[in-house]
Amino acid sequence: MKMGVRLDVLVFTIALLSVPVLSDLILSKVDRRIDLTSQIARTTSTLKVENAGNDLVSEVLLTIPDNQAKNLAYLMATSNEGKGKVKASAVSLPVEVVHPKGMPPALTFYSVSLPKGLGKGETFTLDVLAVFTHALQPFPEEITQANIQLVVFSDTAHFLSPYTVKVQSLIVKLPEARIESYTRIENTKIHGSEIKYGPYENLPPFSYSPIGVHFEANQPFVVAQELVREIEISHWGNVQVTEHYNLVHGGARSKGEFSRLDYQSRRYVGGASAVRSLVAKLPPRAHSVYYRDEIGNISTSNLWSDSKKTELEIEPRYPMFGGWRTAFTIGYGLPLQDFLFQAEGRRYLDFSFGCPMNEVVIDTLIVKVVLPEGSTDISVSVPFPVKQWQETKFSHLDVIGRPVIVLEKTNAVPEHNQHFQVYYKFSNLSMIREPLMLISGFFLLFVAGIVYMHADLAISKSSPSYLAKLQWDEVLAVIQQFQNNINQCLTIHDKLEASLRDLSRTGDVQACKAARKAFDGLLKDLSKDLKPLLAFLQSSPQASQILPKVEELVVKEKDLQEKLMAKHSMVVDGYEKKSGGREIENRIALQQQKITALRQEVDDLLEFIDEI
Amino acid sequence: MVGAGAKKTTNGSPEVVKSGSGSSTMLKLKLKLKTKQQELLLRVSILCLVYVLAFITRLFSVLRYESMIHEFDPYFNYRTTLYLTEKGFYEFWNWFDSDSWYPLGRIIGGTLYPGLMVTAAIIYWLLRLLSFAVHIREVCVLTAPFFASNTTIVAYFFGKEIWDSGAGLVAAALIAICPGYISRSVAGSYDNEGVAIFALLFTFYLFVKAVNTGSLAWALASAFGYFYMVSAWGGYVFIINLIPLYVLVLLVTGRYSMRLYVAYNSMYVVGMLLAMQIRFVGFQHVQSGEHMAAMGVFFLMQVFYLLDWVKYLLSDTKLFQAFLRITVTTALAVGAIALGLGTASGYISPWTGRFYSLLDPTYAKDHIPIIASVSEHQPTAWSSFMFDFHILLFLFPAGLYFCFKRLSDATIFIVMYGLTSMYFAGVMVRLILVATPAVCLISAIAVSATIKNLTLVARAKNNNKVAHSGSLKGSTSSSKASSKASLDQSQPFQRNGAIALLLGAFYLLSKYATHCTWVTSEAYSSPSIVLAARGAHGNRVIFDDYREAYFWLRQNTPPDAKVMSWWDYGYQITAMGNRTVIVDNNTWNNTHIATVGRAMSSYEDEAYEIMRSLDVDYVLVVFGGVTGYSSDDINKFLWMVRIGGGVFPIIKEPDYLVNGEYRVDKGAAPKMLNCLMYKLSYYRFGELTTEYGKPPGYDRARGVEIGNKDIKLEYLEEAFTTSNWIVRIYKVKPPNNRW
Repeated sequence: MKMGVRLDVLVFTIALLSVPVLSDLILSKVDRRIDLTSQIARTTSTLKVENAGNDLVSEVLLTIPDNQAKNLAYLMATSNEGKGKVKASAVSLPVEVVHPKGMPPALTFYSVSLPKGLGKGETFTLDVLAVFTHALQPFPEEITQANIQLVVFSDTAHFLSPYTVKVQSLIVKLPEARIESYTRIENTKIHGSEIKYGPYENLPPFSYSPIGVHFEANQPFVVAQELVREIEISHWGNVQVTEHYNLVHGGARSKGEFSRLDYQSRRYVGGASAVRSLVAKLPPRAHSVYYRDEIGNISTSNLWSDSKKTELEIEPRYPMFGGWRTAFTIGYGLPLQDFLFQAEGRRYLDFSFGCPMNEVVIDTLIVKVVLPEGSTDISVSVPFPVKQWQETKFSHLDVIGRPVIVLEKTNAVPEHNQHFQVYYKFSNLSMIREPLMLISGFFLLFVAGIVYMHADLAISKSSPSYLAKLQWDEVLAVIQQFQNNINQCLTIHDKLEASLRDLSRTGDVQACKAARKAFDGLLKDLSKDLKPLLAFLQSSPQASQILPKVEELVVKEKDLQEKLMAKHSMVVDGYEKKSGGREIENRIALQQQKITALRQEVDDLLEFIDEI
Repeated sequence: MVGAGAKKTTNGSPEVVKSGSGSSTMLKLKLKLKTKQQELLLRVSILCLVYVLAFITRLFSVLRYESMIHEFDPYFNYRTTLYLTEKGFYEFWNWFDSDSWYPLGRIIGGTLYPGLMVTAAIIYWLLRLLSFAVHIREVCVLTAPFFASNTTIVAYFFGKEIWDSGAGLVAAALIAICPGYISRSVAGSYDNEGVAIFALLFTFYLFVKAVNTGSLAWALASAFGYFYMVSAWGGYVFIINLIPLYVLVLLVTGRYSMRLYVAYNSMYVVGMLLAMQIRFVGFQHVQSGEHMAAMGVFFLMQVFYLLDWVKYLLSDTKLFQAFLRITVTTALAVGAIALGLGTASGYISPWTGRFYSLLDPTYAKDHIPIIASVSEHQPTAWSSFMFDFHILLFLFPAGLYFCFKRLSDATIFIVMYGLTSMYFAGVMVRLILVATPAVCLISAIAVSATIKNLTLVARAKNNNKVAHSGSLKGSTSSSKASSKASLDQSQPFQRNGAIALLLGAFYLLSKYATHCTWVTSEAYSSPSIVLAARGAHGNRVIFDDYREAYFWLRQNTPPDAKVMSWWDYGYQITAMGNRTVIVDNNTWNNTHIATVGRAMSSYEDEAYEIMRSLDVDYVLVVFGGVTGYSSDDINKFLWMVRIGGGVFPIIKEPDYLVNGEYRVDKGAAPKMLNCLMYKLSYYRFGELTTEYGKPPGYDRARGVEIGNKDIKLEYLEEAFTTSNWIVRIYKVKPPNNRW
């Protein structure tokens, strides 16, 4: 790596001599500040651009060496034109890669379009934020558990620019820890954990002065080699987010043995740079949070939530030392109304793009948005360039599959945690399709059951056992009718008794007589109905076993009927003759006994027939 | 049931309504079901409830932990199922697994019972077809409870077949919650037994049905049930020996019938042919000593039939007696010669060690330490019978009494099944499982018959009482006449006694239910991968060290790394760690296991040679000294010594013992203190204080201070130790450069 830097420097110095002057811009003041407190290197530069030429200039070129450019994750230029400290209009300016002719090799150029052309002598102040990943190289590359982690950062002390820089300075901010060594050139000062280079004045274009800082960095170097975020929308009120992480500790590789004893008893000696836990900041009102991996749930996690945010603290299954890997999945549900909105007849999902964890470098970030089945007219709006394609996913009860929008971004950093939108059209009617499918499925199942019960599935319609079964079914049906008949008779008997009770209460003899007459008629009808049934049973050979019981029942019932009628008329007579209640009771006592006994027998017989 | 259901549809109640006059009576009649329909409704709803109960009572572990695979063997089953669903059946059948038994490998397709995996895969594919996006793990976790539910249905029909539908219902309810069965069928215990008990009971039921009806269809169905059983579990040997024994008993007791002839012959022939389709079983049905009984009975049956026919032809009894003598002698002689020749020529293989150890419980201890070392192969203690059966243990003899009282072909079968399986349950702990269905069925007969008798007595009086109250106006003399038939007046306490007994029975049954639930939740619902303990403040502490270690292996070792551990952890390492292992729970090669045992019990330098020769990159040991986890490798170590010593006489058990005592403290044998297993378990343990007030290096699992605190490793280095030290992984260093 260091060799590469040296080579590049050589190339630049050769190139310097032959570079044509690009334009008449000069940078009158450049302040740079490199923040190395985490594994992500953030360079904030304030450039004061001045047009020294005559032509109107509308763009400014920024230069980054190729070896750094491949680590560049994020580049943003904002205008710093606000008066004083108020920078209300910090609009980001469009930046794009350009390849101007006649420039030295091994450099990448970015062109920043200014909001308005810069006339002669005019100045413009510009803030540039460049974020680099993998810029801190562990050195030594392999450490033991007891060692601390040292990293090297290299850059140039002079602002690399195709323009002449009048005044410039550079501050490198390091974590509060030991500084092993740093390159000393003229005007180098150190204040606590900050190293200051400069000011340097009147440097020509493409000035380059390599510097290196070697310092202790014990922050976890968590790198997600791949992060797949799947955002699934359910119009029943839930947004389900599932994030699959594939993490590696990107710091100095661990060598030698891992001692749990040292790790447990001497926490800050044994494994100071190990990743112990990670904190994911989830949106508020996140629910059903889970944390698991391929082989099951991981129990070491904590969840705090308030109205502003939900914080999930997770510990990997084991502390991660340099070069160790782990993979896990976290998932959570979110209320739909917080993220899904409607505009111009379309719905859109507004969701954050990046990873919810702090200071994690993501080599490949894939965001999948699973829309409900039947979504149409899909479009996406992302604030930075991403690779994009569409897939189909099959989930519960899907027929044609759900459309999935896949967005891929390499080298993502927390600065990419911006909102993106997915627009689509979806009819509310499609929502009830799946419940309807379920309902009809069960309905069909029951229908099939009913059909099976009623359909005659016998293969041979003429086999004796089949015929016997048919006959038996008929007999059963007839017996059923027979039972109904008898039961009706018994109900009428009960009503007769009831009419007697009415009589004793009201003394209305006429009504009672009328009732008896009506019931008598009904009973006659019933016994008429009974005849064909009995005839059938007598003729059927299958019924021969139960026939005697049935006949006995008929006889008993007839008997019971007669006795009841007799009793009824006796009571009514008694009332007509105005005889006393006791007298009537005495008179019917014998009758009553017989009736009770008969009734008992009839019930027993009925029960017996019922058992068949 | 189908017939009853059909009847249900020809409901006559509406007709009553048509001609009835009072509206209130109309409603009452409409709602009132016939007794029969009521009974059917009751029966179906009880069965449905039992079905659901059997499923949900097995979900404790899912609710308490998570939906995960338990124990050891299920991980292999899960891994193979995963392979089956991903690669398809053909690939699965031809799978040569190079990840286990390094460097030998294992032919998976030919050395496993595929029934379980295929079942789970079919359920999975079916659900996928119905577009339910389930994960195969969920299917695997819930397969055992699902089949347990199905078993209750089979138990119902079986009970109905041998006794009556009441006994069937009781049997279904008993088996649904019987701990003996739950122990192997909780959610997550994705093992062969889960489906095999269903298959076993189903085969028996179909066979009994075939014997009872003499129908070819039922016999064929039982042959297919047998085929499923063969495909699912090695316990099918029990079926193929019990059924011939049963047939033999029927023949001896003079219960030979055409029904039996049809049932047995078709079941045996078709079942045998089907079973041969399973690669692991192959031609064992005609070539192995364990299956010869079935074949012998098959031929005997033919001889019996021939004799029957000859007897019918010959009218002279004397002639027949002579013929009988000649035929029987010849048949026996031919059979004996054939068996002798077959065994002598090696065509018929002798009985396997496992089979021997069933017949003679002391056999394994003396001859095959690897079988004896498995905890589930130990003889059963009384307490575990009580634990697994509870009241069934004394209902069982009562049920046997009822069976003998009403002897039929079916009850003879269940009696024989019960007695033989009870014997086997006494020999091996794990075979309690096989006895459970029989015990439940026989106990159900006892419960059902007793309660039926008691309620008859109780209700007889009740009826009479109704009659009394009905005839308020009647005199006592006539009511006596009506009650004479139903009640014997001479036993006035009968009814009260019956009610008291009924209450007692319900008390016992409810005790059984609470016991079963308690056992299920306390003893049988822990996944044994995740250990749980109570913390100092009563909170639950989870030790997830196994998965921590396996996941570390999976993520942080080279994909082709070979891991040496004792065979217990082999399946888990391959399934969860995704790394090659030297030996695993499929203990098919005793020598290979003995080599590992030898390495573990040797000094480090000797062990290094062995490990180099086996290409070992990592060594994994399980150590419970910090947490007090007692089933760790130090406690299993003597088995390693024994198994290693069984093949390599250089390892001698007495070297590791002091006066026949196994110790790890200062008084331990010097060889013990310096062998590889001791070093790996206790490496740097001497510096750790595990318990307040105890010296450093205090082993909580064994309650002693360790004897060797200054352990130096020369050829290995600590690669990873889990947070509670339960799993320790060491890396085997590459050989030193020579210059």
